[in-house]
Formats: sequence, structure tokens, C-alpha cells
Amino acid sequence: MKKKTFWGGIHPEYHKQVSSETSIQLLPAPEQLVIPLQQHVGSSAKPMVKKGDTVLAGQRIGEAQGFVSAHVHAPVSGTVVAIEARPHSHGKMVQSIILDNDGEETWTDLESHADPIQLSRDQIKQAVTAAGIVGMGGAGFPTHVKLSPPADAEIDYFILNGSECEPFLTADHRMMVEFAADVALGTRLLAKAIGAKRVIIGIETNKMDAIQSLRKHAGNIDIVPLAVKYPQGGEKQLIKALTGREVPSNGLPYECGVVVQNVGTALAAAHAVRDGLPLTHRVITVTGECVQRPGNFLVPIGTSFQQMIEAAGGTKGTVGKVISGGPMMGTAQITTDVPVIKETSGILVLSQEQCAPTHPLACIKCSRCGDVCPAYLLPMRIERAAILGRWDEAEDYGAMDCIECGCCSYICPSKRYLLHYIRLAKNQIMSAKQTRSS
Amino acid sequence: MEQQQLILASSPHVRDTDSTQKIMLTVVVALLPVWGASIYFFGLDAVRLVLWAAAAAVVAEAIFQRLRGKPSSTHDGSALVTGMLLGLSVPPTLPSWMVVLGAIVAIGLGKQVFGGLGHNPFNPALVGRAFLTTSFAVPMTTWARPFDGISGATPLALGSGVVPYSDLFFGSIAGSLGETSVLAILLAGIFMFYRGVLDFRMPLGFLATTIGLMFVLGHDPLFHIMSGSIMFAAVFMVTCMVTTPVTRRGRVIYGIGVGIIVTVIRLWGNLPEGVTFAILLMNAATPLINRWTRPRIFGQGVTLDA
Ligand code: SF4
Ligand code: SF4
Repeated sequence: MKKKTFWGGIHPEYHKQVSSETSIQLLPAPEQLVIPLQQHVGSSAKPMVKKGDTVLAGQRIGEAQGFVSAHVHAPVSGTVVAIEARPHSHGKMVQSIILDNDGEETWTDLESHADPIQLSRDQIKQAVTAAGIVGMGGAGFPTHVKLSPPADAEIDYFILNGSECEPFLTADHRMMVEFAADVALGTRLLAKAIGAKRVIIGIETNKMDAIQSLRKHAGNIDIVPLAVKYPQGGEKQLIKALTGREVPSNGLPYECGVVVQNVGTALAAAHAVRDGLPLTHRVITVTGECVQRPGNFLVPIGTSFQQMIEAAGGTKGTVGKVISGGPMMGTAQITTDVPVIKETSGILVLSQEQCAPTHPLACIKCSRCGDVCPAYLLPMRIERAAILGRWDEAEDYGAMDCIECGCCSYICPSKRYLLHYIRLAKNQIMSAKQTRSS
Repeated sequence: MEQQQLILASSPHVRDTDSTQKIMLTVVVALLPVWGASIYFFGLDAVRLVLWAAAAAVVAEAIFQRLRGKPSSTHDGSALVTGMLLGLSVPPTLPSWMVVLGAIVAIGLGKQVFGGLGHNPFNPALVGRAFLTTSFAVPMTTWARPFDGISGATPLALGSGVVPYSDLFFGSIAGSLGETSVLAILLAGIFMFYRGVLDFRMPLGFLATTIGLMFVLGHDPLFHIMSGSIMFAAVFMVTCMVTTPVTRRGRVIYGIGVGIIVTVIRLWGNLPEGVTFAILLMNAATPLINRWTRPRIFGQGVTLDA
């Protein structure tokens, strides 16, 4: 059978085998946790506690502000010692609740449901909202927003994104293998909440064990093997591969009748709806050439990157970059003193050699960037327009349709910083739009 | 670890191992069997002319870069490729100083005046060749037979049916140094394709168009593509990345365009050989082709009730 896929993309070295066989390990909570009030796309949550308050594990400590926002909960019981700006993996300082762990693990009362699938669509949505669940694949978009398309939108497909196409990362893979039943339950719950007619889990074939374990719990869920190619897990690429539909330019997936969610999100939804558990822990991969013992860990949110790296045996060699997420789309960190948040899918430590800056040569118009661009753009054109400051031309060449997958920069034989300049163009185009409309 | 300076840079954080230098090196390696064949057929003249052309191109590149106040660029290998291509596309009897001059023009006027690597609208080797053809018309069309060096006419001048196909294929005919052996050129092409530095669309569009037109117009297509510069150009010139369209459809159109112009020049033009000018003309049309053939962007023009 021909495996489903999309047009374009690349085949980077995956490095997944270094952690794909290691079972998820539960890490004890650290003595102090840093819980940012902003762990999602949208407006920041408002603190519901103040310095000196004692809190229980699972207690809501940050209240969502507005619709596109998410609640924040305490992963452990203890005392609030400060509410202040702390470094954040997005590269800025963010108001965070600093929590001293009392080591008691005293939980608040949780509302569980023996038969969660019998709950109504609204009840599921409410439980997901209450648990503060956001997209856990790296984008951090509040899940309840994705579950609330306009009333007239018809959702034909609910897709669970099991492709995990980023090199190095194996957290989703391990979740699908070890928690297959819960992942399948979460998928059903989310699909029910959106009222989808068909439910698909797409998984790249480098995770055959995940395909097999999920098939045991599949029921009416379609488990579809996907070709191994980056960015197979890009939302638009996944939809195209599985349904043949294209999300309209500037549009959202529901506009073509599809909603996509991530594996971690489904697992969190199962825990939230069935057990009443808020999103306070997540599975992340700690890996990379400079990590002693790469592995997958279940950790409380608020654990620092430094503690995670130490849990993986510490570093070896000369560290070049510490990245939140994968090597293609992750964010390089200036310090390891940032906390794991809801959207942290992995911590990647690359060596100095791997990160040596490249010296770009002139574009030789080989067109490889265009041949890999999954958005069908001509990246070299947008880059040139951006270098010359021609923002209109960059927009005309489709800069705003770039999904920032990085394939163009990856493949360029002249080692040009294509995506860097395309991002610059996108920012300029956006701010020009804002000034025009204000 | 806190003390250590972490590198901050935007994604992606990993890069492919291929590079522009490697691409150029691949072309150089691909040219070796072609050069080898030309040494076999034309002896020391093939060594002399290719070495002079390559050396002159590299030195010219170094000097022009310095004059423009730019860092040295000879290590990218592009000047070496240009020099070798030029050397292999002249007749074996050409005086060395002419090929040196041609190489200087190729690098100077063909490439450096536009800003060096990647900025030239025309294929530099062909600019050099066109300069030589127009400046030194006689030496550039004085051909020698292989092995004995006695002057003789090219198969193209003799017309189809005179020289057996096998001679055309193996290359034991009069012609430019590197252009006679279809076999060596095909090997080079397969190697380049396999290494991912040759987009099949351009040579295929070019050859298919030429074969089709020649056939329809009642000429021997096989004879035509195997004689003169067509095969050499199809593999090494039509595939030049810098001077050809960046869109996939554009590359097909480009190949077809070269095929049409070559056929017209060969059948009705005054020149014996139309490949050089056909490619230069299509180089000039490249920006237009790029503009006309912009690909549809993902998600644009889709109907919502799919
Ligand atoms: S232009 Fe954007 S979408 Fe296209 S390859 Fe580059 S980063 Fe990916
Ligand atoms: S991959 Fe690099 S060299 Fe090739 S066309 Fe794109 S920008 Fe130019």
C-alpha cells in the first residue's frame, strides 16, 4: 500500500532511536516550581493566589482571561513564595507563580466519571476547559477554542496527530505505546466534543509499535500509517495527506471540515474528563548529542530545564544550544533556568559543532528550497524581497502562507538563512497591517 | 553549565550536509569522464586547452573578486566549472591564448560584472564561447579528426547519413573537445542526476522537443541530437542552475524553448550550430518565465465545500 503523505518536505536524520525505546519515567517533583501564567497562545491567566497562600495539588491558581486563554493549576501542594517575572522558553520574562513544594502531594477533590464517553459534548468541553488543556505539540493553542468552531461549521474529520515528525522527539511515540488505551479514549472524547463524523489517527511508519498498540484500542477509529517525512505533522500537511483537503490560505482547519489535535492533548483530555485531573504534568523527551542518558519523562509543569537535563544524566561534550522543542521548529534558549510548560514537547541539547554558524553563499537558484516547501512557495524569492526590504513583494510571493517548517533553510546548499528572513517579512507585513487598520 | 555561553539562533537548528561547494565538485567529477574521452580522442590538445581554460577562469575569478573588494570565492568551485566547460567546448586546434582570453571574458563579463556567483543572468561558459565564436570565427570552426589530428569536417557539416551512429555515440568524430562522445556525456548526466544536481525537466524538455521537431520536419532526429553540442549542452548547460528558471513548470518551458530555437537555427539559420545562442536567448527569457510560472500556493484557490 502506498503510504499517505503530502507534497514537498525533507528527510532529515531522525536520531529517534536514542530515546524511542526508553519507557516513560516519572520524575519526582522538585522542591520549587515555576508556573508561568502564560503557557499558551492568547491572553495570560490572572493569578488567583497571592504570596504566602498554601495551595493543594490540582488547585486552580491562574484564571483564564477571555476566551482565548487557559487556566493554570498547581502540580504539587505547597506554598506560594512569590509571583514575579521569570525567564520563559519563549525568550521573554513572564509573570510566574513560584511554588515551594511541601512534598505531601495533597490533592484537591477531583470530579471523576466512570463512563466519560457518555457525557454530553458540552460536558466534555467544560471538563477540557476547566483542566486548562492546550495544544501540547508546541503551538500551545487553547484546546477548548479549537473545539468551538462556529455553529454552522460541519466537522467531517477529527484527526489525532501521531506523526511526531520532528527529529529527536519521541514523547508522543512513547505515549501512544504505553498509554494507548487512554490516548484512544481521549481521541474519542475530543472527537465527540467536536461532533466529528470520522476519526483518524495518523502515525508515521517509523512508529510501528505505536500503530500496533493503538490498533488494539481502535474501535471505530481509523489508524492510518503515514510516510516518514518532515513536516508530516504540520497541521495542513497532515490534513492534506489524510483527507486530500487543503486548509484555505489564511484559514483555519475547521473551514475545510477538519480539527486536528496532538497526542499529549488527547491524553490530557482523557485524564481531565474521566479523572477530573487538570493539566499539571506532561511527557517530554530530553535528548541530543550532549545528553548523557536521553529518555522520556513524565514531569510536573514548572520543573526547570536544568533539572530535566540533570535527570537525564547531565551533559557531555561542549554544549552549543539548548532547544525547547525539536531541531526544526524549536526555540533556542539563552538559559536552562526556564520551566517546562504545557507546550514543551522536548528539551534538545546540541553540541557546539552541530550549531556552528554557517557562512551563507549567494543563492545559486538551485530551487531546492522551492522543491521542499510544503506550502508551495518560492522561498528564495521571499528571502530576496525581505533582504531588499520589499515587503509588498514578499507578501505577493506568499510570505504569510509560510508555515515556518524550516525545510527551505535546512536544504539550501548555500546555507542561506531563508526562514529567518521570511519571518522578518511576516512580522513587517503584520505590523504594516496593524498600523493600517488602527 | 550556567556559565557557558549558549548559542542563540532561530530555527531550523540543523542543516543538510550538501553544499554549493559539493554541487560544484560533483559537476567537476562528472566532467572527468568527458575530459578523459576528449584526451583519448584528441590527445594532449585536450589536456592543454582544458587546463589553460580552468586555470585562467580561477585566476580571473580571484582577481575580479579582489578588484571588487569582495572576499575570495575560488573555493566555491564555480569558476573551475566554468573554465572546464569552456575548455571542453572549443575545437582541439584552438591556440591556448584564445581559450585563456575566452575564460577571462567568461568570468569577467559573464559573471563578475553582475556580482559574481549566483547573480549572472547568462551562463558564463557560454558567454565565453559566444565571444570566441564571434571574435575568432575561423579558429573556432576549424576541426580536426580524432587520433590523427588531420583537419576534417564535423558530422553536422557533412550532413546526416555520412557518419555512422556508433561513431557519433562513442565520439570518434571531429568536433569540440568534450562534445563528441555521447557515451561519456550520458555517464556524466546519469551521475549528476543520481547526485541530485541535475533537474531532468530541462534536458528532457530540450531533447524531446528537438527530437519531435526534427522528426516532424523530416530530419533525422537521432543524428541531430548526437552531433554538435546538443548532448553536451543538454547535460551541462541547459541544467545550469543559476541561469535557468526556479519553478518546475518554468524549467520544462525553458527546455522546450531551447529545443525550438536550436531546431530553427540548425535548419534555417546561418550558423552551423545553434545551441550556444539558443541557450543564451532562453537565459534572457528566464526572469519572464519565472514570473509566468509561479506555482499555486497551498490553500489558495481551493473551494471551501471540498
Ligand atoms: S518557506 Fe516557510 S513553509 Fe516553505 S519551506 Fe520555508 S519555512 Fe517551510
Ligand atoms: S536552496 Fe538556497 S541556493 Fe537553492 S534556490 Fe533556494 S535559496 Fe537559492
